[in-house]
Amino acid sequence: MSAESLVDRESLVSADAVADDVLIDVSGLCVDYGLGDGAVHAVVDAELTLRRGEVLGLAGESGSGKSTLAYAFTRLLRPPGVITAGRARFGSSVNLLTADQRQLRGLRWNDIAVVLQSSMNALNPVLSIGTQFSDVLRAHRPEMTRAAREARSGELLEMVGIPADRLGNYPHELSGGMRQRVMIATALALDPAVVIMDEPTTALDVVTQREILEELMALRDRLGFAVLFISHDLSLLVEIADSIAVMYAGRLVERAGANAIFRAPRHPYSLGLLSSFPSLHGPRRVMEGIPGSPPDLRDPPAGCTFHPRCRFAFDRCRHDPPPLLDLDAGTRTASCWLQDGITPVPAELARPVPAERGRPVAGGGQPVAGGGGQPVAGGPPLADATPTGGQP
Amino acid sequence: MTVIPIDRADRAGISGGPPVLEARGLTKHFPVRHGKSQAVVHAVEDVTLALPDGGITAVVGESGSGKSTLARLLAQLIKPTAGAVLLDGEAAPSRQRYARQVQLVLQDPFSSLNPVHSVRYHLARPLQIHGMNGGSLDSLIADLLTRVSLTPAETFAAKYPHELSGGQRQRVAIARALAVRPRVLLADEPVSMLDVSIRLGVLNLLADLREREGLTILYVTHDIASARYLADVIAVMYAGQVIESGPSAQITDEPAHPYTQLLLSAAPDPDRAQPPSLAGRGTPPNLIRPPRGCRFHPRCPHAMQVCAEDRPPAAEVALGHSSACWLHAKGLSPAQSRPLPGADRNTDQAPGPDAGPGSGPGEEK
Repeated sequence: MSAESLVDRESLVSADAVADDVLIDVSGLCVDYGLGDGAVHAVVDAELTLRRGEVLGLAGESGSGKSTLAYAFTRLLRPPGVITAGRARFGSSVNLLTADQRQLRGLRWNDIAVVLQSSMNALNPVLSIGTQFSDVLRAHRPEMTRAAREARSGELLEMVGIPADRLGNYPHELSGGMRQRVMIATALALDPAVVIMDEPTTALDVVTQREILEELMALRDRLGFAVLFISHDLSLLVEIADSIAVMYAGRLVERAGANAIFRAPRHPYSLGLLSSFPSLHGPRRVMEGIPGSPPDLRDPPAGCTFHPRCRFAFDRCRHDPPPLLDLDAGTRTASCWLQDGITPVPAELARPVPAERGRPVAGGGQPVAGGGGQPVAGGPPLADATPTGGQP
Repeated sequence: MTVIPIDRADRAGISGGPPVLEARGLTKHFPVRHGKSQAVVHAVEDVTLALPDGGITAVVGESGSGKSTLARLLAQLIKPTAGAVLLDGEAAPSRQRYARQVQLVLQDPFSSLNPVHSVRYHLARPLQIHGMNGGSLDSLIADLLTRVSLTPAETFAAKYPHELSGGQRQRVAIARALAVRPRVLLADEPVSMLDVSIRLGVLNLLADLREREGLTILYVTHDIASARYLADVIAVMYAGQVIESGPSAQITDEPAHPYTQLLLSAAPDPDRAQPPSLAGRGTPPNLIRPPRGCRFHPRCPHAMQVCAEDRPPAAEVALGHSSACWLHAKGLSPAQSRPLPGADRNTDQAPGPDAGPGSGPGEEK
């Protein structure tokens, strides 16, 4: 098994040009909570593809269905969550939605690993870190000797920047950042091809968050796994992800390259979300955010679920839910009637996509955001009308 | 890189009138049982901060930096170990009279409102306790709800907290604080529990209240970008001390203190021209035994010998912009300015088994 995973890893690195490099392919996925008329449609018609080595950001507010989507196709969803429709494949052969427990057991951790939001609850408080590593290895690599397991555990811990002599520590002896690093190391224990991270750094301070992200991206460059990174923080995703999918009220409303979303969003919700994050540079401007609040999924609005908060909404939006449309020569998708090719598009939603700058291949792997185009967030200059102004 | 226009310095209240609320040498030590002996957590240490009339001051810091303790001290919910809180330059009056002038809004609108009472009840209580004037109870409540943009007011007054979204609840909490017509509003992380798309609405409401009613606001946050957006002045806290303060755009454009530089290098920033490189590593110190000298020196990439021995004095680096760092000091001896050996300074300083997060309230998480 371990020899096999080594081969796998080599093929990962050189697999850039392979045609079937889609690892996760989800289409038409619907998830309800509850049954019958009272069911809440938490995810509706979700489309998602994750390619080898890609970092895909999944953005959305709480309740937008981003975690539910990830739990559904990994089959981690618990009742009352029910998958009601759709397809989900891993690689070219495995149907994730019909896989039985034995197949899933083979896939989980070997091929698809999950890092949960709260590392404090995910680690067992009464077992040492080393024991928890060993548990994973013993369950999935029964042929490993005790010495080999210990060696691998130490190696994993050092991989995420924690000295190996910490293996004897219990979770409470580690800081929050270190616990999250341990979670990441456990997820990587069996060299998975896909790592799903559900808000992995949300509970951490900003410096620790950055340290962990740097380590994660360096590991990604070295090991070549793909990441589905779930976060509510779009400004963070723009920095770390290759492409971003934005969810609103259970639907995927836009998917595009990170730079394209940031500089030239096509969906009004993406635009609004981007203008909800004040910038650290330039003149301070009044920003509007998005009026109203996310809908109650027990009683979602008819038509486009975003229309009550959308300043561009017109008649059709109130009745017909918009389909996911291919835009810009099929490089991106958005679900908005403004982009149907007939309706005139407001200037804010038709910005040209600036040329993507090259990403550094190694060393942090951070995308180079910036370059041409105007920042999305806008408003009158602070001097005119200001939320912060006092006496002139 | 950015020139700060003069009017912003004015707006920052640097040349403004006397402060409404002032912390002078404020210190708070929390006693904890540490092993067998008594110990104290040095949560807030010698903080001096003035809130100018009609200004918005932001206190920025990581968890455990003492920013919430500072807000509670200013609200007089807890008594300082040393130092004083001055209202209009005088020692604070009685509890009730103080609460009429200074109100606190808490972080979590899901637990700060009582689930069994209606919005109307929440707003009627302060009006009844502190005496109301200017109309009937109902008209005052309607007025409060209108001021926080919860309209139609009659509908919202009849609702219960569970019928409201997070943003609406936080608006109710703000309305409750406004009921006594305070002059100072202390807002402790008022938007961090809210969805991203509605945070800006609440921040704009605070800006609006200052603009329309001249409210003085303290905005406590961990998000330096939102502090830059909302506040005139930013004070950065680290390990219980204010280490840098000044006009907000100047703090973010030209940070003078190495910790502020670290914070900014780590903040999410899609506009960044280069890939981020962290200006330092590690985690904040244990506040039961804080480091000698500058509390940031174990993590500081520029640490010198003197930093490990003496606390740096605050130096004025620009108009109204001060930074407590030995790098600004002139005339240090060669021995004092010798770089500290940095073998273990740039690593993640993991708390030892005896100083872990479970050992005391030093860590907020």
